[in-house]
Amino acid sequence: MQYIPNILFLILLAAGIGYFTMNIRKVIRNIKLGTDFDASDRKGERWGNVVRIAMGQSKMVKRPISGLLHIIVYVGFIIINIEVLEIIIDGILGTHRIFAPLGAMYDVLIATFEILAFLVLVGVIVFWTRRNIQKIKRFWNPEMKGWPKNDANYILYFEMVLMVLFLTMNGADLQLQNLGSAHYTKAGMFPISGLLAPIFENFSEATLIFIERTAWWLHIIGILIFLNYLYFSKHLHIMLAFPNVYFGRVEPKGKFKNNEAVTNEVKLMMDPSADPYAAPAEGAEAPAKFGASDVMDLNQIQLLNAYTCTECGRCTSECPANITGKKLSPRKIMMDTRDRLEEVGKNIDTNGEFKPDGKQLLDDYITREELWACTSCNACVEACPVSIDPLSIIMEMRQYLVMEQSAAPNELNVTMTNIENNGAPWPFNQMDRLNWKNEV
Amino acid sequence: MSETIKVPTMAEYMAEGKQPEVLFWVGCAGSFDDRAKKITKAFVKLLNNAKVDFAVLGTEESCTGDPAKRAGNEFLFQMQAMGNIEVMNAYEVKKIVTACPHCFNTIKNEYPELGGNYEVMHHTQFLKSLLSEGRLKVEGGKFKGKRITFHDPCYLGRANGEYEAPRELLQKLEVELVEMKRCKTRGLCCGAGGAQMFKEPEPGNKDINIERTEEALETKPEIIAAGCPFCNTMLTDGVKGKDKEADVTVMDIAEMIANASDL
Repeated sequence: MQYIPNILFLILLAAGIGYFTMNIRKVIRNIKLGTDFDASDRKGERWGNVVRIAMGQSKMVKRPISGLLHIIVYVGFIIINIEVLEIIIDGILGTHRIFAPLGAMYDVLIATFEILAFLVLVGVIVFWTRRNIQKIKRFWNPEMKGWPKNDANYILYFEMVLMVLFLTMNGADLQLQNLGSAHYTKAGMFPISGLLAPIFENFSEATLIFIERTAWWLHIIGILIFLNYLYFSKHLHIMLAFPNVYFGRVEPKGKFKNNEAVTNEVKLMMDPSADPYAAPAEGAEAPAKFGASDVMDLNQIQLLNAYTCTECGRCTSECPANITGKKLSPRKIMMDTRDRLEEVGKNIDTNGEFKPDGKQLLDDYITREELWACTSCNACVEACPVSIDPLSIIMEMRQYLVMEQSAAPNELNVTMTNIENNGAPWPFNQMDRLNWKNEV
Repeated sequence: MSETIKVPTMAEYMAEGKQPEVLFWVGCAGSFDDRAKKITKAFVKLLNNAKVDFAVLGTEESCTGDPAKRAGNEFLFQMQAMGNIEVMNAYEVKKIVTACPHCFNTIKNEYPELGGNYEVMHHTQFLKSLLSEGRLKVEGGKFKGKRITFHDPCYLGRANGEYEAPRELLQKLEVELVEMKRCKTRGLCCGAGGAQMFKEPEPGNKDINIERTEEALETKPEIIAAGCPFCNTMLTDGVKGKDKEADVTVMDIAEMIANASDL
C-alpha cells in the first residue's frame, strides 16, 4: 500500500514523457519532409550565435521591456528546473526534499527558486497585461484571432498556476517544518512563501499536509501537462530556439540562395559547344521544380523555423509592408507554413504516406497578394530573436510563381522583358548606357 | 561646374594594355535615371579629383539581375549574372565600386557562386578609404552645421552590415546628423526593394515611401541624405507628396561631398 504514490508517480511520469516523446518524433519526421540543407560550415560562428542570440538573448533585449521580462521568465524556467529534478526524485523514491542534506547550499537554492518564481509570476502577469489590457498592436494582428490568441494566454495561465502552486507548496511546507511535523525536516529558506505564513497560521497539521501534498502533486502534474502542451502550441520555441539559432543564416542577409538547377541550365545555354537537341543523359534526374508551392519544397531549416516561431510578431511589427496596411505579415508566413506542415503530417498519420489532398501552401494558406508585397528588406529576419528567416520562404514562393506558372504581376513581366532585351529594367537601349557622360 | 569629366572605358584601357585601379559599376539607375545620373557624375568628379585610376564598362555593362532574382526569375538573374561575369573576367577585373547598394550586394554576395569573385565596395566605403588614404578631402563647406538625417539603404545596412561609412562621411561634412527613430539595423525600407520599384504597391493604407518620408521629416532636416539611387527616388517622391520640396532636399552623400568642394 505504501508504495502506491510512488507507482502512481512513475506511471504519470512515464506517460507524460512518453506521449511527449511520441509527438516530438512527429515534429522531427515532419521537418524531415523538407529538402536537405548543408549547415556543416562555420561551426564556431554558429555556436557563437547559440551562445549570444539563444542563450544570451541578445536580440530579445533590443526591445528592453519585453526583453528584460523574457529574461526573467527564461532564467526562472531554467533554474527552477533544478527543483523539478528534486521533485521527480522525491516522487520516485517517496522521499521529501532529498537535496536537503546540502545544508546552506540548499537554503540558497530554495531561496533562489522562490525569488525567481515570484519574479516569473510578476513577469507573466505583466505579459498578460500587455496582451490583454494594453493590447499591444502586434498581438492583435488579423492572424492572431482565435487559437493563436488563446494559445498565448493559456501558456501564461499555465505558468501563473505553476508558480502559485510552487509557492503554496513551499508555504505549507515551511509551516509544517515549524510545527515539527514528522517527514517535514527543517530545510530550505523561504523568503517569498514565508510571507504567506499568516494564511497558514491557524490551519491544523492535517489541513497543512493536505494543502502541501495537493500543491506538490498538482505542480508536477501541471508540469507534465505543460510539457505535453508544447507540441500543440507555439511554445515549442523553448526547446527549438537553440537548434534553430544554430542553423540560422551566417551569410550576409543580402545573399539570397543560388538555385543550382538553374545554374546548370544557364551554363548549358551559354556553352557554344553544347548540343541543344541532345537527349538527356541516361538516368539523369527529371529537372527539379523551381521554387516552392508547398511545404515539401522548402528545406528542413525553413520547416524548423516554422515550428520554432512563437508568434511574438516582432517581424511583422518591423515589416514595411505590414506597417503600411498591406496583407503581408512575416509572422503569418511562418504560422501558415507550420499549419500546412501539421496538416501534411496528419495526412501521413492517417494514410501511412502523403496522399495528395488538393491543397498546398500557396493560395490555400499564403496568398499571392502577400508574397508580392515584400520589399525583401530583411527587417523581419533582423527582428527575429531566434533567427527565423521568413524572407527566404517568400522568395522561393515567388520563384515558383514566376518560373513554374509565369504568374508575375504584369508590370514585373514588362520589367523582366526589358532586362532581357535591353539589359536594364527600363526600355532604354543598352548602347545608350554611357550617354550620361556627355549630357550637361 | 567644370564640365570636363573623364570617364574612360574598360575597352579603352584594354586597347592601351592597361588595367585601372578599380571598375566603377554605374548600374541601370546611374546610367539612365535622370536623378541618378547626377549622382553618377558627382561620384565621377570625386574620382577624377582624387586622381583615381578607374574605368567603366559603358555599353558592355548590363543589369546585375537583382530585380529579376528578387521578383522570382532566377533564370533571368543567372543569365544576366553570367553575362556580366564573363565580361568582367575577360577584363580581369579585381575591384569594383558602385553607387548602387543593389548592384553592390548582388555582385558581392551572389556573383561568387556563379564564378565572379571581386572585391566590391559601395561608393561610401570607397570614398571613406580615399579619405583615410589622404587622397580625398572632405570639407563641410555649405553643409557645415546643417541638420541632416541619413536613410540607411536596406541592401547596404541590414543586408551587408555597413552603417558607419556613410555616417563617417557625413561627420566629415560637419553636419548636424540627426537619426530617425528607425535607423541602422532597424531602418525602415524606402519601399523600392525586392523589385517593388517597378510595380504598383499592393493595396494598403499608405505607401511605404510616405511612411519613411514622414519619419525623416519628423527630424526636421534640411537634407535627407541617401546612399542608393532607388531610395533617393522614393524619398524625393515622398518629399514632393508632402509638399516639402521647397524646404527639404534628398541628396546622395557623393553629391554632398562633391557639392561641398564646388566640384
